[in-house]
Amino acid sequence: MSAPRIVYNEGYLDEQTKRVVRRALLKGVAIPGFQVPFASREVPMPRGWGTGGVQVTASVIGPDDTLKVIDQGADDTTNAVSIRAFFEKVAGAASTTRTDQATIIQTRHRIPETPLTDDQILVYQVPIPEPLRFLEPRETETRRLHALEEYGLMYVKLYEDIARYGHINKTYDYPVLVNNRYVMAPSPIPSFDNPKMHQSPALQLFGAGREKRIYAIPPYTDVASLGFEDFPFEPQRFEQPCEICESTEVYLDEVLIDDQGGVMFVCSDTDYCERTLLARELDQSPTDHITEVNA
Amino acid sequence: MTDEMPLLSVTGAGHRYGERYGCRDVSFDLWPGEVLAVVGESGSGKSTLLGMLAQRLALDEGRIRYRTGRQNGGAGHDAAEELLDLSTLSEREVRQLWRTDWGFVHQNAADGLRMHVSAGGNVGEPLMANGWRNFGQIRAEAEEWLRRVEIPTDRMDDAPTLFSGGMRQRVQVARNLVFGPRLVFMDEPTSGLDVSVQARLLDLIRSLVSELGLAVVIVTHDLAVARLISHRTLVMKDGRVIESGLTDRVLDDPQAAYTQLLVSSILQG
Amino acid sequence: MYVAVKGGEKAIANAHALLAKRGRGSADAPRIDYPQIRDQLGVLVSRVMAEGSLYDPELAAKALLQAQGDVLEAVTLLRSYRTTLPRFGITVAVDTVGLPSERRVSATFKDIPGGQQLGATFDYTHRLLAENLETPDVATPNVPVNEPMPRVTDLLGADALIERDRPDEGWTDPDPGDLTREPTVFPMSRAERLQALSRGDEGFLLSLGYSTQRGFGNNHPFAGEVRVGEVEVEFYAPEIGHAVPIGRIELTECQMVNQFVGSADQAPQFTRGYGLVFGRAERKAMSMSLVDRTLRHEEFGERIVSPAQDEEFVIAHSDNVEAAGFVEHLKLPHYVDFQAELGLIRSLRREFQARHGAGASASANINSDTRTDTGTKTGTEENA
Repeated sequence: MSAPRIVYNEGYLDEQTKRVVRRALLKGVAIPGFQVPFASREVPMPRGWGTGGVQVTASVIGPDDTLKVIDQGADDTTNAVSIRAFFEKVAGAASTTRTDQATIIQTRHRIPETPLTDDQILVYQVPIPEPLRFLEPRETETRRLHALEEYGLMYVKLYEDIARYGHINKTYDYPVLVNNRYVMAPSPIPSFDNPKMHQSPALQLFGAGREKRIYAIPPYTDVASLGFEDFPFEPQRFEQPCEICESTEVYLDEVLIDDQGGVMFVCSDTDYCERTLLARELDQSPTDHITEVNA
Repeated sequence: MTDEMPLLSVTGAGHRYGERYGCRDVSFDLWPGEVLAVVGESGSGKSTLLGMLAQRLALDEGRIRYRTGRQNGGAGHDAAEELLDLSTLSEREVRQLWRTDWGFVHQNAADGLRMHVSAGGNVGEPLMANGWRNFGQIRAEAEEWLRRVEIPTDRMDDAPTLFSGGMRQRVQVARNLVFGPRLVFMDEPTSGLDVSVQARLLDLIRSLVSELGLAVVIVTHDLAVARLISHRTLVMKDGRVIESGLTDRVLDDPQAAYTQLLVSSILQG
Repeated sequence: MYVAVKGGEKAIANAHALLAKRGRGSADAPRIDYPQIRDQLGVLVSRVMAEGSLYDPELAAKALLQAQGDVLEAVTLLRSYRTTLPRFGITVAVDTVGLPSERRVSATFKDIPGGQQLGATFDYTHRLLAENLETPDVATPNVPVNEPMPRVTDLLGADALIERDRPDEGWTDPDPGDLTREPTVFPMSRAERLQALSRGDEGFLLSLGYSTQRGFGNNHPFAGEVRVGEVEVEFYAPEIGHAVPIGRIELTECQMVNQFVGSADQAPQFTRGYGLVFGRAERKAMSMSLVDRTLRHEEFGERIVSPAQDEEFVIAHSDNVEAAGFVEHLKLPHYVDFQAELGLIRSLRREFQARHGAGASASANINSDTRTDTGTKTGTEENA
């Protein structure tokens, strides 16, 4: 038997599969924050490494799109490189590292610092779509809790944290209430990024390949991080600016620079950092900056 | 006012396990503020009856009706009320009744509590389930209820795994009363506890029940428990009610032979 | 001046090259070709086909070679390939009783119609590591073509001693859901569970099956029949108007006979567990049948005492492609979330030290003004 020749469809997935995913996406958009089960396909990277995000991107990407892929906020981390290379191989769309030039941004664990616009789609890679999973392991029960809007268990967890530590202990994947109805897991973005989801002009899509769930936040939707009236949600804050581009109010990576405990803090969002730095050097506003800054 | 309507009305209730009836042909009315004891030995069907009342076992025969105005869109317990057949309720409605109207104290505290959540969290949970969103208020309310069941404030952040059996039951009681139910089911709440602890817990239950005007259905094999806290008693044997009436009357002047046997067994013990 | 590390693309390309080099091994030794793997490592190939959910010994062999022997990598390769294949339809249900089996044994009876055929099996070999493998000259087994080999479970069923393998007469066989095409939703039907088990990780199912034999669940199983052989696969083509054979596949089937169950209305009967796997896979088929029966506890009103009876637990963790992906994904960068945790733990430790260092009284009122923001500071130690 000779080796079969395989011709990849645009975007890798066959059209029928894309239709299945898109139908799930439409349901997700129609019911903000609700986890829609979908028949997740295997794709050429392992489960847990972004297959949900890849299927969502593959179902919405077209030749006119420009794709950016980030992991931990950086374009150059290994898995982002790998996923971007995959789409360069199987899709006709252009790729970029610039947030302001992308039409689709697939991300793992961060929301870009550059504010998004209403012609952009943000695709999140999600490991555990169920916000109640670690409080209630059974899927049959969590489904019921969501349907009946019974979220007391979630608040018990928050209560326990405050009683024990004086604050809520969750620093990433911090649960949110979407459109005042469904409690949702935003994926392991740091809670610092949660406020960016609220009333965002962009379309936010969430893909959990291994767990076979899709959900969505349509543009301009209310997204509120859970908390108590007297102990409201508080995102992290960094006291110092980025040591490269001097930006403040951005999420910073702590980088170990020697073995004596020396550290420095730099932007997690590499694209934002580069453009800001270049703009400063050219005495421009970072958003006006035109020169391509690629690795 | 609807004082003519009982809170709970049970007619010909029965539950089958295959061909055998766990309990059959049980009828009674329960009024607000009334404590009804269901006594019998093991196998008498008393636990089956409780299971049916609490909607955990299917009602294979008969009817259970509960007085509520909730389905008429009424807020609180004062809206126009009627006796609602529980079999007509959706799962959502039943779950809501459990959050607002009914409590269940299990024989084994581990079944009725989250053993690894603090006592305060356990008592606060029904409030949070009902939409309370102020930590300070939730904590204060939980603290107050724990105080009422004699759990010291400095233990409220401990998990029930660190409590004695008696303390765990008291946390369970607090958790079941904090949201102001009208009806509480209790399944042998004191068995397995030391005698003195039992007495203290029963005293506590009795005073809270009377203070709050609660209706209670309590299942027990121990006639002394029935004597101590109930107004009326049903005696069950082989799945049927063989005697019922005011507790004092049933225990002092039992009519049925089996009841006489039960009563005389205590006196010898 | 710190410069962020770049070059991820180059690093990945180099890693691929290094991997290929490792996989080739010493250039002095001849390269293994996939037909050798297909023929001489048949059991391994069967496993990759079963868990990859794709019957193609050559592709499975290629996958094993590409994966340098990593079974789960090979399974992942096969699954990815499978996704790209167009789906024509579903075959006619396969009949395992029709063709004479190369191997067929039963533990429930000493002798059975069609005989106990040992076939090619490791079962009675002495596990002595041999210096050289010998290939003795043995005539191909003389399988009596004309003698029928009825299923042992059918024989038991004649007297209704065992539950029927289908519900009452007049039951029409509904199309089962397809686990690879539809989302997983619990609770599952038995058919969906069996699909998941057939492609589930052999080791996981083996351990669960084993646990049921040791008291974590109690099956009293007997191996009614284990069959290995080739069956014809047929496809109903509407244009032709009847079913046409499209090939043969090797299957392993196990029917376990389990503890009888009866009630007041129903006479006691033996119950079943079923296993069916691609290729030579007895251990897997037997494990699958044990777990299948255990997961049917609700039908028989059995008490739940063990993890093997927990459908969500068993099925959700049986897919080794998912399991491997998620476990190994921990190698991916997680430094952003770790940074968030660093921030929190530093702030909690500051508060702890403030409370104890200042000799604060042990008060239950933890939620006083000890909250600080989670900002981190460089260099010098901060004070609360």
